[in-house]
This record gives sequence, C-alpha cells and structure tokens, in this order.
Amino acid sequence: MELDLVTLKRMVRNIATTRPDEIGCDECFEELNRFVELELAGKNAAEALPLVQDHLERCGDCREEFEALLAALRAIA
Amino acid sequence: MRNEVDAIRRRTNQQWLDVLRGPTRDEALADLRAILVRGLRYALASRPDVDEATLEDFAQEALLKIVAALDSFRGESRFTTWAQKIAVRVALTQLRRHHWRDVSLDKITNSSDIHFIPRTLEDPSAGPEQRAMQLTLLETLRRLISEQLTDRQRQAMTAVYLQGMPLGEVAQRMGTNRNALYKLLHDARQRLQKGMGAERLSGQDVLDAFGP
Repeated sequence: MELDLVTLKRMVRNIATTRPDEIGCDECFEELNRFVELELAGKNAAEALPLVQDHLERCGDCREEFEALLAALRAIA
Repeated sequence: MRNEVDAIRRRTNQQWLDVLRGPTRDEALADLRAILVRGLRYALASRPDVDEATLEDFAQEALLKIVAALDSFRGESRFTTWAQKIAVRVALTQLRRHHWRDVSLDKITNSSDIHFIPRTLEDPSAGPEQRAMQLTLLETLRRLISEQLTDRQRQAMTAVYLQGMPLGEVAQRMGTNRNALYKLLHDARQRLQKGMGAERLSGQDVLDAFGP
C-alpha cells in the first residue's frame, strides 16, 4: 500500500514546515478552552496562540476535538 | 433547555468551583451533566450512530474526570468551556477506541507498507520540471526514512500517515501516550527535514514541488 497523492502532499508539506518549537497534544489541550473562546468571540485565535494553531493543523486528533468543541459551544452559547 | 442555559449563566467560575467542592454539589453536578450532554449532542451531531444513552455515558465519565481535575482549572476561560473540552475528549477517545477496536498495529505495519513512499507519482497538476523535482524528493525521502528513522518512528509514521489511524490509538498500541507519540513523530519529521536540507533540498523546494 502506498500513499495517495493528497495524503502524500500533506505529509511532505508537514515535514518541510516542521518547526523546532512545536507543542505537543498535552499543551494544546491545556490551551484549547482559551483558544476556542477567542474563536467564538470573533478574535484572531491563531494570532494570539500561534503554536496552538500550528498544532491543530498538524494533529488530526486535536483538530477533530477542537472542531467538535467549537460546534458544541456555538450551538449552546 | 431554558434551565440549562440559566444554569450556565447563573454561576460564575468561582461559584462553580465552590459548589462542586461543597456539600450541595449534587445539584451542580446535575446541571453540569445536562450542559455536557447538550453540548455533546451538537459536538457529535455528524455521528448518527451515537444515541442518547451513549451521550449520557460520555457525560458521566467526563464528570468524574472534571471533578478529579478541579484543581487544575486555571480560570482562563469559562468553567463550562473547560468542562466541555474534557467531555469532548472523553467522547471522541471512546468513539475512536470503538472504531479501531479490531485493528492491530502489527497487521498494519508488519508488512511492506513500511515503504509507503511511492516511486512514481501521477500528479496531473504538475508540469515536467515540477514532476522531476517531485521524483527526486520522493527518492530522497524514501532513503531518509529507511536510513535515518528508528523502527518505532517508521511504525508510527506508517500507522498515522498511511493508515490514517488516530494518534491516541497508535500510542496505546505502542505502549505510550498521545503526547509522547506526537513528539516521536515531530522528532521523525525534524530528522527528515534536516536530512533533506543536507542534500540541498530546501523547504521551499519541497513546497514548490508539492504545492496545493
């Protein structure tokens, strides 16, 4: 089995843009409530917490959790 | 629904903490459970297989974690946002575990899959020069993956990038945790990035060749 084109491109770009200061899933989770509230308030969460934004772009698990949390809070806010 | 909304707005963060630590915490727990269930209903709206009883189970498990973690709440958001974050992670972790329950890591990675970088590539959007660069990069990447990475790094890359397995599920099968697995993959990416740099392939070359 080999990678399909889209997945391969994503992986290669992920490698090429690797940065030394990336945060892990724990730190991302730690900041996620702050990040999601900035997002909900219409503020620039990515600019305020760039390492969280970077992690969410690279980590499928954390991205899925962020999107689900955002959907929940948008609906009940 | 009205009551739940009121419950969110009625308590400040400090009031939530106080009441959850106090003698009348059952009422607050019931309010919080209702808030979590309602949030999870929207969070998991795209999954028709999740029924109300399952949502209640997720909320219950989340409540236990929330109560145990009260001291770690730093007040940087609303208390209910923090609590909902925990509930969403509990729910998605359980759903991923269920979805991947029959998949063993050996089955995924003990094969020729370790050579998952293709030798050829059909990219209709690429011109002749870009295509030549793509093939050079792929060949280099194949070699770097086999020469520079550890077995664990190759195994994790295969499972996550090729098979699309969630990090948490791969981590559990490799006897580690999700955060450590992310770091392991980060280290692998850094080695590959450095290896490409040593062969005078810049990040920009890669992005030009494998642009969107």
